Amino acid sequence: MTLDALESGTAARIVAVDWPSLAEDEGKRLRALGVDEGADVAVIHRGVFGTRDPLALRLGNMTIAIRRVHAKAIEVEAA
Amino acid sequence: MSRKRTAALLGNPNSGKSALFNALTGARQKIANYAGVTVERKAGRLVLPSGEPVELLDLPGSYSFDAASPDEAVTRDVVKGTFEGEAVPDVIILVLDAANLEQHLVFAQEVLELGRPTVVALNMVDLAERDGLTLDPAALSQALGVPVIPTVAVRRKGLAELTDAIAEAETHADEEAHTRWHVTLPERRLSAKHMARAAILSKSTRHTIENGVDRVLLNPWIGPFILFSLLFVVFQAVFAWATPFADALEGGVGVISQGVSDTLPEGLLRDFLTEGVLAGVGSVVVFLPQIIILFFFILVMEASGYMARAAFLMDRLMASVGLSGRSFIPLLSSFACAIPGIMATRSISDPKDRLTTILIAPLMTCSARLPVYAVVIAAVIPQTSVGLGVGLQGLVLFALYVAGIVGAMAVALVLRRTVTKGAASGFIMELPRYQLPRLKDLLIGLWQRAWVFLRRAGTIIFVATIALWVLLSFPKAEAGESQLDASFAGAIADTLHPVLAPVGFNREMSLAIVPAIAAREVAVSALATTYAVDAEDEELAAQGVTAQIAALWSLPTALAFLAWFVFAPQCLSTIAVARRETNGWKWPAVMVGYLFALAWLAAGATYWIAVSLGL
Repeated sequence: MTLDALESGTAARIVAVDWPSLAEDEGKRLRALGVDEGADVAVIHRGVFGTRDPLALRLGNMTIAIRRVHAKAIEVEAA
Repeated sequence: MSRKRTAALLGNPNSGKSALFNALTGARQKIANYAGVTVERKAGRLVLPSGEPVELLDLPGSYSFDAASPDEAVTRDVVKGTFEGEAVPDVIILVLDAANLEQHLVFAQEVLELGRPTVVALNMVDLAERDGLTLDPAALSQALGVPVIPTVAVRRKGLAELTDAIAEAETHADEEAHTRWHVTLPERRLSAKHMARAAILSKSTRHTIENGVDRVLLNPWIGPFILFSLLFVVFQAVFAWATPFADALEGGVGVISQGVSDTLPEGLLRDFLTEGVLAGVGSVVVFLPQIIILFFFILVMEASGYMARAAFLMDRLMASVGLSGRSFIPLLSSFACAIPGIMATRSISDPKDRLTTILIAPLMTCSARLPVYAVVIAAVIPQTSVGLGVGLQGLVLFALYVAGIVGAMAVALVLRRTVTKGAASGFIMELPRYQLPRLKDLLIGLWQRAWVFLRRAGTIIFVATIALWVLLSFPKAEAGESQLDASFAGAIADTLHPVLAPVGFNREMSLAIVPAIAAREVAVSALATTYAVDAEDEELAAQGVTAQIAALWSLPTALAFLAWFVFAPQCLSTIAVARRETNGWKWPAVMVGYLFALAWLAAGATYWIAVSLGL
């Protein structure tokens, strides 16, 4: 399952990230913020009605906003 | 020791660095730019217990030295000593958010790898306690091999201990640091986890307030409604709250002007002071209260953590014109002034996103336009209510702001499909924890902005006003001839007027927009000076520029003038910043060109529609 399909409020663990599909900067930025294989993650908010883009993730003690396109590149499993 | 010691604050964004900087330096700080780049350089003076002064530098927050944005590149280059013209800091004060150790310790290891003398400020320990964490600074100090001082910048807790530690920090490098901390990112993350665990004595699971508050503020339906309501309140407040203060300032300028008239004999000096300096600079200074109110709201939104939420809510909308929520922050701060706004685009890593944001930043209604809007609205829009406590004047002002935003979005859309064509950009940002803004930090921020405004009034506007007064006052008119007709300025106005007459501009307006290129608010002082010099009706002249506009301009003309200033050619400082930021004249030229064209078309459309409606 990819992160964008994860139900809000459910805890999950990142099992794989499709780094090549991301722009180099975006990958670096995500990694610096702790988005990486093995990290625990939950989707806590979704953006405005309609597209529900972007997503707000809870990652450790941080809240991080990313877009659905990034979330699609992140493979998760229920934790 | 001959050279003054220097120290630099370093840490992740949202670690409370700037609050710590304000607490340590108080009013002894100055803002400038780094030489050659427009990343804000904040430096202040810190006094050690021995009385020795230390220059303290607040570096842009970074997640990593593997820089993804120009801001982070500056931070990296300064601490590594590769930034030209900036000395390597003698001591690094590494700021960590006590409640977010696991994340902040990742960057901390990169900093320690440099081997520079380092002191850790374990900041916001009060917030960590609020979240149910009990920390062990000694254990963290042992793990990191450097002193760790718990601090609460807001309540000045731990500041004395921190300055002591800075004083004691050795000024030689740690040779072994490189081998000790040089590891890969996954290893770094693992050791951050271990160190954080060792430093946390107990952890009670308390719910953070973030989730509850965000459930409302980021709600897909309520969130945008709250954001737009807030923005509307801001602009109403700018207009309504400032009035008594502005009236008082205006009264003060009037009293001084009267005093000068009474004291000095009639002649050139008296005219220069009353018609030039006081009519010109005075008419701009009275807008200080409005600018302070606008900045107050922007600073509160930033300090509370709401600004990042606003970016989150706006991302979808920004994406529809090819930008991201990240651009929302520079654009919102452009409402205060385009210069810091353009500088703030440095945090946008995508170059095409950044260029587009720079090009549209001048369309955000900066505070320099406020004097122009305020004077013209007060003169021609009746002070009636449209219900629910909303005034017509405030509504017109709001409409002008909206026009700027809509214009900017349309321009962005066009730019993203033509000159800044490229892949859709991403949006990745941290939403910081909510915090109550601190009064002292707010006051420091407001004081800095007010000072910048007053300095502009005292320099650019002062010079432009004097130059205009000279052009208006010479050569002297013959008996029976209008001074404006006879002056050099009259000749300039006559040259420009044919181009601007079709869009409803009169000669005074054609003249006023020339010095307004130097700084927008000069348009008001230019009109004030023009009418003061040219006044045939002494009584009307004494009532000030608002009364003169009310008496002399038709409604379509006044509306056209407002429309012009929505798109108006930006001030010289903005062009200069755009040149520096884009490394050449090409983009500023594009910017100036399209803004002129839009301004002319907008003014024309407004005028022609207003006339055909019979206004």
